Amino acid sequence: MDAPVLEMKDLHAAYGRIPVLFGVDLVVPARSVVALLGPNGAGKTTTLRVACGQHVPTSGCLHVAGKHVNGAGADDLARAGVCTIPEGRGIFANLTVDENLTMMTYTGASIADVRERAFGRFPRLFERREQLAGTMSGGEQQMLALARALATEPALLLLDEISMGLAPLIVAELYEAVRNIAADGVAILLTEQYARTALEVADYAAVMTQGRVRQMGEPADIASELSGAYLGSHGEAKRSRGAKQ
Amino acid sequence: MPLLQAEEISVTFGGHRALVDVSVDAEEGRITGLIGPNGAGKTTCFNVLSGLQPPQGGRVIFDSQDISAVPAYKRGRLGMARTFQRIEVFGSLTVFENVLVAAEIRHRWSRGEEIDLDAECNDIIDLVGLRKVADQRVDSIPTGLSRLTELARALATKPRVILLDEPSSGLDDDESEAFGDLLLTLAKRGVAILLVEHDIDLVMQVCDRIHVLDFGTIIAVGTPVEIRKDKRVQKAYLGED
Amino acid sequence: MKDLLAFTVIGIVTGSVYAIAASGLVLTYTTSGIFNFAHGGIGMLMAFTYWEFRFHHHWPAPLALFVVVFVIAPALGALIERVLMRNLHGRSTGTSLVVTIGLMVMLMGIAQGIWPPAARPFPEFYSGHGVTIFGIFVTTHQIITIIVAGLAALIFWYLLNRTRTGVAMRAVVDDRNLAALNGVSPARVSMLSWALGSSLAALAGILIAPALNLEILNLTLLVVVAYAAAVVGKLKSLPLTFAGAMILGLLTSYLSLSWVHAEKIPGLPGALPTIMLFACLLLLPEERLRVGRITSERGPRVPSLGESLQGGILLVVGAIVVSLVLSDANLVRVGQGMALALVMLSLVVLMGYGGQISLAQMTFVGMGAFAMARFGLGGSPLGLLMAPLLAAPIGALVALPALRLQGLYLALATMAFGVAAENMLFPRAWLFGSSTRVVPRLHLFGVHFDGEKSFFVLLAIVFSLFGIGVLALRRGRFGRLVSAMRDSPAACTTLGVNLLTTRLAVFTLSAAMAGFAGAFYGGLRGSAQTNDFLMFQSLPLLLMAVIGGITTVSGALVGGLLLGLLQTQSSTGVLAGLVFLFTGAAAVSLGRNPHGVAFYISQKLEPLKDKVPWFRPEEPDEPLTEELPRIAAAAG
Ligand SMILES: Nc1ncnc2c1ncn2[C@@H]1O[C@H](COP(=O)(O)OP(=O)(O)OP(=O)(O)O)[C@@H](O)[C@H]1O
Ligand SMILES: Nc1ncnc2c1ncn2[C@@H]1O[C@H](COP(=O)(O)OP(=O)(O)O)[C@@H](O)[C@H]1O
Ligand SMILES: [Mg+2]
Ligand SMILES: [Mg+2]
Repeated sequence: MDAPVLEMKDLHAAYGRIPVLFGVDLVVPARSVVALLGPNGAGKTTTLRVACGQHVPTSGCLHVAGKHVNGAGADDLARAGVCTIPEGRGIFANLTVDENLTMMTYTGASIADVRERAFGRFPRLFERREQLAGTMSGGEQQMLALARALATEPALLLLDEISMGLAPLIVAELYEAVRNIAADGVAILLTEQYARTALEVADYAAVMTQGRVRQMGEPADIASELSGAYLGSHGEAKRSRGAKQ
Repeated sequence: MPLLQAEEISVTFGGHRALVDVSVDAEEGRITGLIGPNGAGKTTCFNVLSGLQPPQGGRVIFDSQDISAVPAYKRGRLGMARTFQRIEVFGSLTVFENVLVAAEIRHRWSRGEEIDLDAECNDIIDLVGLRKVADQRVDSIPTGLSRLTELARALATKPRVILLDEPSSGLDDDESEAFGDLLLTLAKRGVAILLVEHDIDLVMQVCDRIHVLDFGTIIAVGTPVEIRKDKRVQKAYLGED
Repeated sequence: MKDLLAFTVIGIVTGSVYAIAASGLVLTYTTSGIFNFAHGGIGMLMAFTYWEFRFHHHWPAPLALFVVVFVIAPALGALIERVLMRNLHGRSTGTSLVVTIGLMVMLMGIAQGIWPPAARPFPEFYSGHGVTIFGIFVTTHQIITIIVAGLAALIFWYLLNRTRTGVAMRAVVDDRNLAALNGVSPARVSMLSWALGSSLAALAGILIAPALNLEILNLTLLVVVAYAAAVVGKLKSLPLTFAGAMILGLLTSYLSLSWVHAEKIPGLPGALPTIMLFACLLLLPEERLRVGRITSERGPRVPSLGESLQGGILLVVGAIVVSLVLSDANLVRVGQGMALALVMLSLVVLMGYGGQISLAQMTFVGMGAFAMARFGLGGSPLGLLMAPLLAAPIGALVALPALRLQGLYLALATMAFGVAAENMLFPRAWLFGSSTRVVPRLHLFGVHFDGEKSFFVLLAIVFSLFGIGVLALRRGRFGRLVSAMRDSPAACTTLGVNLLTTRLAVFTLSAAMAGFAGAFYGGLRGSAQTNDFLMFQSLPLLLMAVIGGITTVSGALVGGLLLGLLQTQSSTGVLAGLVFLFTGAAAVSLGRNPHGVAFYISQKLEPLKDKVPWFRPEEPDEPLTEELPRIAAAAG
């Protein structure tokens, strides 16, 4: 058995004086997809920010591929094969789409490959390649952000709420893409507010509330317990509108 | 007569036709959906309605008046409020202050009698469900709550029509559930709501009527049931069931 | 006709130098997001360094040139990035602008220390050589200049737009964190862009030095001309910047044509960049409101009314004690600081609260001093009344064209205005002319504030009142509104705020405050003349205001006193260079502590306050929120 691609041990993190993570333990085994679920403000984004080197934890250990990497810079980790698609703004607004793609070559992929994969998955980007990325529609921007995950062949992929702002068709396509990436053996840690979507692709799921991972296990087990953990008391009323006519 | 109407508006960005003769409308007390694939032109349409983007053609009508030439800030004063897809909150203020600032701005231009703005804002905070974070700076609260802050702020101007651009993205299941209820409450109070949203379940549940936009043109208008059945909409947006 | 041709050649040469300087400015701006005021200063220092090697130590020209342009200048640029600029990302335009102003002051200090004023012949390259074109003798130096300018524009345009490194440089400005996630090391990229910008500055400095006689101030202020050209290119486009520089060069040169009769408008050549800048500002299309860029800085806590009253009383009592202890001569020095602090309050409102930048605050002060001199005869309060009334409308007029655009453009417009005022306005006979006007001190309710002691106490009282007023403004609706406007202009618009009039109101208020302070500043000094109110003097003012703490009233006090002290000390001539150095060094610390000295001190005092009962803040610190908020299922 390989060492897990990502391992966090008793990780604490804070913004200024306000602590946000209170001892996160999380493992992403090789070749597997882990879904990190939890309500708003649970600390999912912060966990990913720590994992990709953007946020320095106050204590605890961060291992990537068995190496202790506390203190490594985000750019070092990126070049080492950790690809992070941050929540919300994952593009350079003042660069054109083409220039954004150019930036994706810094982790080793050739520009031809990057273009081919990005435009192949999202033909819409090809139409808009001369446009300043910041003026594209919200969804188009999100596609561009995701193109990096497809184009750079990472070893570990961190995805923060990628479906945010995307049309249902695109979300479906996107998760198809995530599945493909996973099938290539890339380890993935993803967060998602819509638990259902994430659980469909995940090998394991972790539930996070109030800065701690409460539970980790098979998606099926987690799904059955989810409503109790954070979906709230009115779990039944919940999906009444989710049931398609 | 709908409160807010866009009549055949067109917008072109350097050769790219983002909107082609698009007409949408919103009625008082109703929730009107505006859905469509990414890049269809929904946000652009909102920008035209709220005056941030001048259209190349068409008219915007509010309360039976042509407001096409009215600048954005005056449209705000007429009773039009909106939220943004990429959140625009006042990050250095607390949630409460975000709402208060809006109320004060309204109070200044409406020249209304001196009323208790604080109490008014507190009501809105409770209504939207932001009580617990009311005194936190907005740049330190999670995305979903920032969105609600934006909505609360819009409400503080006592709008007659609200344009909501993907208000529920960033909310978790529980919260968007509550959010749907909130929209219905607002509609009951007589506000006209125009809703852009990709959470299709939410849209289908709360909207009275839905406009579907694809490649800058309206391809369908109807009730949620009609829209679900529409072949073109399924193909362009929903995906075949 | 031959005249015209000759002056065209001269114009192109001048334009070329401007172009090199302006390209460097645009290059650093697009690749670091910082508008480098010290660009001219770097060029100046490098020109001196070149002179040292070439003409003092008699190195061969190519060697000296290579060492300066390709070794020392890039190293200096990289050093500047490492020490000063790296801490600045994410800070406001204002803070970073001020740091570069500090850098400029420091570079001037260094140059003055190493090369005290003296005649330093700086011949052209290939002096005496040249060719005759259309019957006009063009020197080899001039030809070199033109070629270098063209090449630099081309090469750097290519670098920025066609190479991966160029894209990475712009990407780092756009979003540093994201650039790191892409595997780019932001630090290394920024260093490279500063190194390149610095090389260009050196090149411009060396090429223009022969024409400007290797003089510190002239070379440093080359940047004033360069930015006018850069604005033509909207601070972004290198080709347009190049065109702008050429137009400026040609116009300047044509003014010397005998049949243009430029001498009929005194000060016109000096004001040409200004005129061009304003023309550009009027012609540039309004910037569309940017959506989706959240900026918010964490500022110090705003004191409550009780606290600000306490502070005010404390200050007045302190002033009385000081006035009793100090000699009159020393009191004037401290008084100067107090008067400057009063001026800085206007900057607190404008920049600290409103997020706008003015580089012409001393010009408004001058207007106020003039109003007091002209209308305040015998200390009449009418002068005090006229001071803000004069400054405010002029302020509004200056700001109007720039407010449509944002941030930096306003700073540039005010700077241009400051330069124009010192060249064309103040020297008018009906204003200051070439003489000195007597500025009386206030005479109110039968009390003469003529004595040094009474005037000092009056200053303290006025400062306290204004401070309390400004803080009240900050706590109230106005304060919230300006914060909101800074955070998201687009959202404010949709809520019904007319951005233009609100911004204009803030700027006008600030100009009025500066004018009012000017009446006291003039009164303290007893006289006023054009040279007291040069644009260049607004820079240390702004710098010190920011160092003291631009977001706080106490910061204005600290900044004012510091500046007053430095000014009165350096006028004795002993410490001039040191003063420059100190100012620069203080600017360095800004990147680390953007809220200034006053805030820093108050933070250090915080633990003390708990022990002193009457100093305790009204509310305890916010409790740590361990339990993260959950939104309640609301609105049933
Ligand atoms: N300033 C602009 N310049 C050029 N093209 C633009 C500009 N603004 C929008 N567009 C283009 O217009 C189209 C419509 O954009 P819009 O933002 O309205 O889409 P949307 O329907 O809101 O999509 P989404 O659901 O993804 O947010 C997009 O293709 C976008 O790239
Ligand atoms: N920049 C910040 N400054 C201060 N607090 C923050 C900041 N970002 C997030 N937080 C706080 O950290 C907590 C966790 O946030 P986050 O990691 O974004 O949660 P999630 O992604 O699960 O919604 C929230 O309570 C939020 O208030
Ligand atoms: Mg998150
Ligand atoms: Mg949109």
